[in-house]
Amino acid sequence: MKPPPFDYHRPAGLGEALRSLAEAGAHGKVLAGGQSLIPLLNMRLAAPGHLVDINGLTELGTIAADASGVRVGALARHAVVERSGSARAAQPLLAQALRLVAHPVIRNRGTVVGSLVHADPSAEMPAVLALLGGSVRLASLGGERDVAAADFFVGPLESACLPGELAVSAFFPALPERSGTAFCEVARRHGDYAVAGVAAAVTLDEDFRISAARVVCVSVGPVPVVVDVTGVCGRRPPASVDWDAVARAVQDRIEPEGDIHATADYRRHLTGVLVTKALRGAAHEAAEGGEGPA
Amino acid sequence: MSETTGAHRAHAVTLTVNGVLHQVTVPARRLLSDCLRHDLGLTGTHVGCEHGVCGACTVLLDGEPIRSCLTFAVTVDGHEITTVEGLAEGGALSPVQRAFTECHGLQCGFCTPGFLCTVTAFLRDNRTPTDEEVLEAVSGNLCRCTGYQNIIKAVHRAAEIQAEESG
Repeated sequence: MKPPPFDYHRPAGLGEALRSLAEAGAHGKVLAGGQSLIPLLNMRLAAPGHLVDINGLTELGTIAADASGVRVGALARHAVVERSGSARAAQPLLAQALRLVAHPVIRNRGTVVGSLVHADPSAEMPAVLALLGGSVRLASLGGERDVAAADFFVGPLESACLPGELAVSAFFPALPERSGTAFCEVARRHGDYAVAGVAAAVTLDEDFRISAARVVCVSVGPVPVVVDVTGVCGRRPPASVDWDAVARAVQDRIEPEGDIHATADYRRHLTGVLVTKALRGAAHEAAEGGEGPA
Repeated sequence: MSETTGAHRAHAVTLTVNGVLHQVTVPARRLLSDCLRHDLGLTGTHVGCEHGVCGACTVLLDGEPIRSCLTFAVTVDGHEITTVEGLAEGGALSPVQRAFTECHGLQCGFCTPGFLCTVTAFLRDNRTPTDEEVLEAVSGNLCRCTGYQNIIKAVHRAAEIQAEESG
């Protein structure tokens, strides 16, 4: 349970970090919070030749929120984003999801952008980025590029971040007026990865009828599964939506697999229940401007 | 500074542990938990699962609880660490330590250092926690003696002691 040896780089600036990553190529790995990477190293499931530790790059720890959304820097810890009033005001789903990420002590160290690059299909942060249609900014010696969430999550534990690239920030867009969000999940124990989980975003029109509704499902596919259910909900008030039909529509779109924690059928069942719960919570928040599902 | 090159290169690291400045030379892969125990001889920090699940190795980094088994010593060069050995002040047990003793919050004691560090930071930030907040706060620490009921009682008792002594 000790990490294999690696060459350690502690760049003093972003340029130096990108040079180190470029030189290391496919053998390089970025160390930010380390709450996913170090367990993999301890268990010898990963053995990168070079670790580029960005913990000295405090300029990457910023959180910038405005009416358009929240940009989270690569070194912003889960706990800091969770407690950020401006981030919560611009995009409440971030805090709603972050309270479900592991345990408080892990969140003190883990980073939001690190969770995205780790691209675990059971994790909350990739699901939030996918649901909101956000993006990840990747920097390399060649320059920067923004990758949309839909293209960023490639497979289980696989993102579009290439060797030599550093994910410097992620952008979580705000939602229009009269929108609400919710994140509901079921885990075997508090803080564990979800057996199933659903985040929802609902937008109401001026007459408080549903004008947009989307969900994202975790732990039921190789990447977060986003389903637009606006059509199934129909343009009607949330109280008269056939939620069972909406749940079935989402269940038809997922391909869960069974493992020691849950069968595929149980995951499908849970996802249906959580779709209804999350959408109703999001619709309630959209109507009330409240804090989350009751 | 470096003794060898490449992956086996040693790094000079300066840590302030429980108020005492330490300089150690360690390979980059040295976990903070191992650095504390082996390099500094501070064996109060216990190592259980070594992948972040059990919480036994929890220490305070600049006042915030973290898993020392999921942190490299080189990464926290220049920072302040508080271990269970640093919780008592001048030989007197801290309110959290006293409450764990009073409420029988320790059985075999293996998980205790992690609980004490986690709870110390928790009660500093939240002096009057609810039952639910206490459960959430200690949810990342495992006790295999399953003494959770008394641990929960101890957290509430520690909050009481803290309030009595500050009021």
